[in-house]
Amino acid sequence: MSVHGVKIGLEIHCQLTSLKTKLFCGCSSDYRGKNPNMVACPVCLGIPGALPVLNEKAVDCAVMAALALNCKVSERMFFFRKNYFYPDMPKNFQISQYDRAGGVPLAVDGYLYIQAGGKQKEIRISRVHLEEDPGKLVHLGAIDESPYTLVDYNRSGIALLEIVTEPDLNSPREARIFLQKLRSILEHLGVFDGSLEGAMRCDANISLAGGTRVEIKNISSFKEVERALSFEIMRQRDMLKKGLGVKRETRHWDETRRITITLRTKEEEQDYRYFPEPDLVPIVITEDFIKEIEAKMPELPEARIKRFVEAYGLPSYDAGVLVGSKALADFFEECVKLHNKPKEISNWMMSDLLRYLYENNLEIHESKITPKHLVEMIKLIEDGVISGKIGKRILPEMVLTGRHPSQIVKEKELIKIDSREKLEEIVKKVFAENPKAVEDALADEKAAHFLVGQLMKETKGKADPQLANQIIREKLEHIKTKKVPK
Amino acid sequence: MKKHHISKEEVEHIAWLARIELSEKEKELFTEQFNKILDYFKKIDEVETEEIPPTYHVLDLVNVYREDKVAPSLPPEKILKNAPKKEKRFFKAPRIV
Amino acid sequence: MPKLCERTANEVAKKIRDKETTTEECVLSIFERVHKVESKVHAFVTLVEEEALEKAREIDNKVSNGKPLGKLAGIAIAIKDNMCTNGIRTTCSSRMLEKFVPPYDATVIEKIKREDGIIIGKTNMDEFAMGSTTETSHFGPTHNPWDLSAVPGGSSGGSAAAVAADETFLALGSDTGGSIRCPASYCSMVGLKPTYGLVSRYGLIAYANSLEQIGPIAKSVYDCALLLSVIAGYDPRDATSVKVRSKDYTFFLKDDVKDVKVGVPKEFFGEGTSENIGKSVWDAIYKLEELGASYSEVSLPSLEYALSAYYLVAMSEASSNLARYDGLRYGYRIKSDDADWSTVYSKDRRAGFGDEVRRRIILGTYALSAGYYNKYYLKALKIRTLIRRDFEKAFKNFDVLIGPTMPTPPFKIGEKIQDPLALYMCDVLTVPANLAGLPAISIPCGFADALPIGMQITAPPFREDLILKVGYAFERNTTYKDQKPPLK
Repeated sequence: MSVHGVKIGLEIHCQLTSLKTKLFCGCSSDYRGKNPNMVACPVCLGIPGALPVLNEKAVDCAVMAALALNCKVSERMFFFRKNYFYPDMPKNFQISQYDRAGGVPLAVDGYLYIQAGGKQKEIRISRVHLEEDPGKLVHLGAIDESPYTLVDYNRSGIALLEIVTEPDLNSPREARIFLQKLRSILEHLGVFDGSLEGAMRCDANISLAGGTRVEIKNISSFKEVERALSFEIMRQRDMLKKGLGVKRETRHWDETRRITITLRTKEEEQDYRYFPEPDLVPIVITEDFIKEIEAKMPELPEARIKRFVEAYGLPSYDAGVLVGSKALADFFEECVKLHNKPKEISNWMMSDLLRYLYENNLEIHESKITPKHLVEMIKLIEDGVISGKIGKRILPEMVLTGRHPSQIVKEKELIKIDSREKLEEIVKKVFAENPKAVEDALADEKAAHFLVGQLMKETKGKADPQLANQIIREKLEHIKTKKVPK
Repeated sequence: MKKHHISKEEVEHIAWLARIELSEKEKELFTEQFNKILDYFKKIDEVETEEIPPTYHVLDLVNVYREDKVAPSLPPEKILKNAPKKEKRFFKAPRIV
Repeated sequence: MPKLCERTANEVAKKIRDKETTTEECVLSIFERVHKVESKVHAFVTLVEEEALEKAREIDNKVSNGKPLGKLAGIAIAIKDNMCTNGIRTTCSSRMLEKFVPPYDATVIEKIKREDGIIIGKTNMDEFAMGSTTETSHFGPTHNPWDLSAVPGGSSGGSAAAVAADETFLALGSDTGGSIRCPASYCSMVGLKPTYGLVSRYGLIAYANSLEQIGPIAKSVYDCALLLSVIAGYDPRDATSVKVRSKDYTFFLKDDVKDVKVGVPKEFFGEGTSENIGKSVWDAIYKLEELGASYSEVSLPSLEYALSAYYLVAMSEASSNLARYDGLRYGYRIKSDDADWSTVYSKDRRAGFGDEVRRRIILGTYALSAGYYNKYYLKALKIRTLIRRDFEKAFKNFDVLIGPTMPTPPFKIGEKIQDPLALYMCDVLTVPANLAGLPAISIPCGFADALPIGMQITAPPFREDLILKVGYAFERNTTYKDQKPPLK
């Protein structure tokens, strides 16, 4: 969509999923799939008298992330209280960080480059800081129709890294690309696993052609980002077309209905009354500590791309696609370990596999295909058991069911037909049934493709394409030479 | 003559920020009392503090941490024990809008 | 022959160890007294007689089996109702928490239990510790045992009155702006606010977290030092608690103040302090001089702004600390809540909180709000720095600073409750120690028309040893400790 003057800024919340406990208490961070309100303690429930104590690993992870995002890490950072009421807030204030009123967040002034419209673009990161996750709300139906609200505090207190960008993104697509890159980096650092439900959520600020800024909250995953932003741009464009202004407000993205809705019942301005958290002391980050973290940093995507190019001889574009997510890059390297044909594997992954995943809105970890199986399929083709075309055919089933390629081949009788005898039989049949095509092929060699196609149809794709081609051309030659010019 | 520091409208807005409902009478009474109190507090304006750093913590502690080690959560019955309204294992809150 | 309940904790502990009496007898004596005078004093919100007697029997078992005993073995202790006690209702004397039963023990409670202390009940207080007279309690005021028509002080009024009335041997209070020292002074008891960070706040229901500390209220300086030794110490669950080596504070109690340099801040004897108070405290200072100390007047000019700074900081923090009370996870919830959450919360909080609490939350919200943050909250924190500096300067030349604890003797219940500002003024002498995080104690030092007067001794951070030593010497050479209220 090319709407002019779109400015998008993102406020991304990533859970530090590598931590074993919550940010300020010793409750387990493994809350997914548990019954409601099972993983909570006086601290993360906001019970009177409870006090927060900072998880030391959280600072390690956060500083590492900030460095990977090219930020300036603060020498001394403070925690602040962000005061507001909401049922998912156990204390009705969130312990977070701030960059004004004497507050100093973890890190500021970073950037990431993304590839957009064939060009490299710098997206500025204004700050990175730590804060706690609130609980989860459950509604009966849509949020604005539910007669009451159910609250689960299992998630309350989980460590979040908040990353705020400047409004440098100019389309929903760019936003998605940015988020993918961010995710890849954080996953490569080992601080974050984006495959976990709800691990990355974001809010967005959008404005059109210098108009008012609207905040969109409750975007819960990558897939939702493009949808939500696209909808909102359309909505704002409509409003402007109709001559109605765009109101400066906060809107809620409703995943089910796929619309943004307004939740504010009062026209009051939110005032968070930030002040320093009295129960927590400042954190001093020394040069030595930063050097320690830098030394521990795992291979980042940029470096991995370079390595793919050098070690596997891949073109840098291909390497870039494969390192689009850590899961994908890991999958690739696993395959190469099993079967040292990086170019082959790369081709299969980049064309058919990725296309199929994209079409079905799946990520590699959501599919059932394993490196072992992909390698096996490639080997089947190399050994001549099946043709490449058959490979393409069974790939979707492998992705959806995780079944062994040889199993599928056996069951569906997809073994390649490469016996000359058999093929010659079928070629005879094809020629007999398609006399006009034969005439065309005799006149123009290129038209022989139709006949090859028919042959493949007859053999349900099992014919060895090269042999099929060869036989058909031989036969045509034969007819040519047999024909006696009148 | 007492100076007017805070208006009734401001009191209303602040009471909303603090989610405390006030009756009309209370709004008037509180406004009066607040103005008296703020009038006393205004003596802090007498002190020159431009160059003075604020004291956020009286102690000089920094870098107080906790190990990233799992500790037992509250037993499930205790988590919901004091909830005035609950449904199954959820806390029951009023509707959002 | 004094009854068991009339003795000090130390005396009783010794009798139990020497097997002259049993713990059960002591606890029974306590409850007998409670049943006799509680209807007049109203010091308690909750009593746990059954549990206390059971624990008493356990301890007697230990004694008869020669097992090692904790430092507080057999001693009845009352806990201010803003400290979480697992399984025992904890109300902060508020309708908001009337039914709240904490699922955990505060660290100080764990420590007391570990030392075989016997918790007998939760004491009355100003609602959420906001007050200086225990009159804002949802359950009605506590009465001063020395004059039942007078206030006992606050906000730990119930704790001080209970000890003064011999309804308990020891009590815990909390002090944010004077809430231990004020009632101790008004009830002629010894009350100590420790250095900020010495005693864990884990389990203390917060009012103003950068200012408050839990501390002992006792009949004697020794008893006070005993309880302090038990509750002090680093707690990993409180990130503002300090790693100091644990001490036995009774070790510092020597009847020796030779060469102790006493500073007397002239700001403590300003026009707000009544004459009889001034006279009593000066007499006490002369007494210390007799005993070998030296004194000199000193000025801490920033103290004039301490009261305003205190209230701004305290109210601001309180507005945030009390935001959690919305009736969802615990606390008061209106019955028919068929409205949006924002409306229901506002109604819950209106009904659950009394006037003073609502006033402070709203004013605190105001002080932090956009446009006023610098003018009020930040300014108050800067004045706090000035006050700290004044104290540091003074302590270069003096070991301790002495003045009155309260500007007036205890006044009548109902006398000042309609005038919030007049009540705030009661704290003028106690708030500086909270702002600076310093240890301070109130020791009985006289009477004005049969109403108690207390002297406040302040020392540098972590020098509780100094204030206990001076207090002990004064106590040993006067007779205030042995005086009992005329309560039958």
